[in-house]
Amino acid sequence: MKAIIAATIFGILLMFASILMKDKKAMANLAIVFMAALFGVTIWELIITPVGSSQAYYNNMLNISYYGLLFNMLMTGCSLLYALLASKEIQKVGVHVAEYFALIFFILCGVFILSGYQNLLMLFIGIEIMSIPQYILAGSDKKNLKSSEASLKYFLMGAFSTGILLMGITLLYGATGSFNIAGLSFLQSNTIGPMAIAGILFVMMALAFKVSAAPMHMWTPDVYDGAPTPFTAYMSTIVKAAAFIAFLHLFQFSFGNVSNTWLLVLSVITALTLFIGNITAVFQQSVKRMLAYSSIAQAGFMLFAVLASNTMAAQHGMIIYAVAYSVGTIGIFSVLMKIKDNTYDGFNGLAQKEPLLAFVATIFLLSLAGIPLTGGFMAKYYVVMAAVQQGHLMWLVIFALLMAAISVYYYFRVIIAMYFKQGNAELSSPVTGGDKLMLIITAILVILLGIAPQLFLINI
Amino acid sequence: MMLTLIILIPLLAGIFAFLMKSDGAKGLALASSLITLGIVIWATCASSEQPIYFSVPWIPALGTHFSLAADGMSTMLCLLTAIVMPVVIISNWNKTVEKPWSFYGFMLLSQAGLLGVFLAYDGLVFYFFWELALIPVYFLCSRWGGEKRIAVTFKFFVYTFLGSLMMLAGIIYLAAQSGGPDAYSWSSMVRAGSALPLAQQQIVFWLIFVAFAIKMPIFPFHTWQPDTYEQSPTPVTIILSALMVKMGLFAVLRWLFPVLPQGVAYWSNTVIILSIIGIVYASLLAIVQTDIKRLVAYSSIAHMGLMSAAAFSATNVGMHGIMVQMFNHGINITGMWLIVSMIENRWGTRDMTKMGGMASVAPKMAIALVIISLANIALPLTNGFVGEFMLFNGLFSGASPYHITFMVIAGLGVILGAIYTLNMVQKAAYGETVEMVITKDLTANEYLGLFIIIGIILFLGFYPKPLLDMTAGVANALVP
Repeated sequence: MKAIIAATIFGILLMFASILMKDKKAMANLAIVFMAALFGVTIWELIITPVGSSQAYYNNMLNISYYGLLFNMLMTGCSLLYALLASKEIQKVGVHVAEYFALIFFILCGVFILSGYQNLLMLFIGIEIMSIPQYILAGSDKKNLKSSEASLKYFLMGAFSTGILLMGITLLYGATGSFNIAGLSFLQSNTIGPMAIAGILFVMMALAFKVSAAPMHMWTPDVYDGAPTPFTAYMSTIVKAAAFIAFLHLFQFSFGNVSNTWLLVLSVITALTLFIGNITAVFQQSVKRMLAYSSIAQAGFMLFAVLASNTMAAQHGMIIYAVAYSVGTIGIFSVLMKIKDNTYDGFNGLAQKEPLLAFVATIFLLSLAGIPLTGGFMAKYYVVMAAVQQGHLMWLVIFALLMAAISVYYYFRVIIAMYFKQGNAELSSPVTGGDKLMLIITAILVILLGIAPQLFLINI
Repeated sequence: MMLTLIILIPLLAGIFAFLMKSDGAKGLALASSLITLGIVIWATCASSEQPIYFSVPWIPALGTHFSLAADGMSTMLCLLTAIVMPVVIISNWNKTVEKPWSFYGFMLLSQAGLLGVFLAYDGLVFYFFWELALIPVYFLCSRWGGEKRIAVTFKFFVYTFLGSLMMLAGIIYLAAQSGGPDAYSWSSMVRAGSALPLAQQQIVFWLIFVAFAIKMPIFPFHTWQPDTYEQSPTPVTIILSALMVKMGLFAVLRWLFPVLPQGVAYWSNTVIILSIIGIVYASLLAIVQTDIKRLVAYSSIAHMGLMSAAAFSATNVGMHGIMVQMFNHGINITGMWLIVSMIENRWGTRDMTKMGGMASVAPKMAIALVIISLANIALPLTNGFVGEFMLFNGLFSGASPYHITFMVIAGLGVILGAIYTLNMVQKAAYGETVEMVITKDLTANEYLGLFIIIGIILFLGFYPKPLLDMTAGVANALVP
């Protein structure tokens, strides 16, 4: 709760600060300081909360658990990393630097609500608080036609999915007479009616849209490609992870008893997501677009956590996946931001020119591909383990691993371009010592996640 | 602790080599590989009576420990790795490679991975090292290989990675069966695996075996191999063919036979048939090759096929033969590749039709070629004979109803092997002298490298007992 308040206050303060401060750089630095402060708040909140306990707010509309706080803390940490890595690029997007950062704080406020909602209305509010700033951020490069297109497309599709979500919530209310998700858990597989099933499927579709799972993924490549790269990095990581935590929360706790009604649908969605994401990524010529499709593919793996029957394993898997995927993706996007030409050819010969940049990019790509000793492997491992324990999802696990082997193809194309092809990779801006330090820290985090993931699962 | 040291030294030396950014990396690599050899010998002596174990918790919540174990088979393969590595470095001492620090860094990292695979005693640790050995090799081939290296190496990587992922699915499945705080330890994997009903063992068998079959490689999973061997720089080819293929066979014996006994029994005939097809097919292909590197590559498939056929016959003598032959094949093929790279260096080509008369211009080299080739076709008094004899004995006394057919067809491989190997010797060493680009007999470092190899070939040909004693315990435990 403290974090929600702090995020809101920091966001508002930043907006007003822009009246007094005109210097972009100072503004960005202020935002980073605020982000660090917010990180401090989340840590403090985590420390003062006993393990396993939870605290209810607003007539039990929010029920923030230790697990939710841990998620908040880690996601704020990732946001801090992101702010440090991307602040220069954010300053280049346009003139309203303060607003961009303020919007990111509002997104975080939505993230915090989603990690602790106890009521379907709060789910709706959280998703909207998180989404609306994204529509603005996607279109923040106003002079760029693609950016405006991305924003409009995202907004229209997003509004549509919001409608579906509301419809689902209404149907669930009609079936159960309650918005409280703890109250939904009395849904039993033998008594469940068509109205509740329709409600569950509607909610599932709306959330699938937010996590960009097939067949609701169509907006993803265009939006991710069109939006300014620093904001794509944020949208495809922390925001996606938050949508997943909402997904997991609802389906594990409230719909767990009736999993026979939705498990098959969701496993087909998972298989489809993995298939479409990986296969389409192979054919991309732009690295940015490839990363958009790869984020669809990664969403397929994260869906495993929702499918798992063992709540504990699913929760662990979700945390590790969210952190590993966010850190790795933020890393690779911040390398991408330094490259002038976003096609594969733009990476040719990067290893000769900027060995460090190429080296850390390799680590991030290996992590995304799920090679051992990187966070990506541990993430995949945790969610796959959770799905194996489910028992009858072995077919999906094997299918997913086949798809993971395909993913090696497109991730390694970047590595091949950087190391084994001749060329003169042009940089959009020089790589400073500070950038290098931050990239090394990010790479170390990726490796640390791969060697000792339990460090990130503090006490749970 | 000693076991950790075996892995840690090449690992740290490798990382350090990257940071050196100077030609000194070569010296560092040699020093590290010699120190590793020393510790491995020490470990071999220490574990001769009783296997050594080492275990510390790694990710307790998952039930995985950083466990290592050194029994006869592990130390034998570690010893092979530790011997081959310095020999490779010594033989290539005069060659200049681009960016030696990264080259030797990757070499050392892959050595660390290999040693880790041979020592791992925990499913997840095993998987980690299995991949750790692969990644550096990918970079080595792609960076320093031949013309078509990028596409070829990429194929190799995707093949093996796909196999590894299937194996991971199998390992996770087995670990999920037992659960508990040590779900991944070898013993609990064995317990969980052997308790599975036959129907499930049949499926899990292929999940795990595919990875090993690709690595060995067994027909029809071998298609990555000739291209990769051809395109890789020779030191890497040696790592691939002398050491990495042994990972596959080793893994079959350590992680498949005890874990899924019924699955292995059920599929053994299928695997033997595939292996034997591989022997004949690869031998026939080897005969028509004119590129000596491809010839040796195909001969390696044939040799591995024989070993895997004998493994799946599951006889005591066959198992014993495999242990001996794994070591011997590693030594022989190393020698073979060294000679091949010297030939390439001297004539500037690998085409057999464009060379000849080595015996008159470079007699020492020709003698080495003849001895190593004879070991390759398993002539008595060379090390190859002992192992191959035991393998055929094992294949013959196998429980399968077709055991005699198997042995006869596999025996064809020996005859065909003699044809292509001797043909190569004849073309390169005798016949009309073709002018060399660089007319030079063995240089001192090449001489030293080959001397070690030939010394081992002859010693084990005369007196294979130390090797047999070392691995007797493991062979007897696998098939009493």
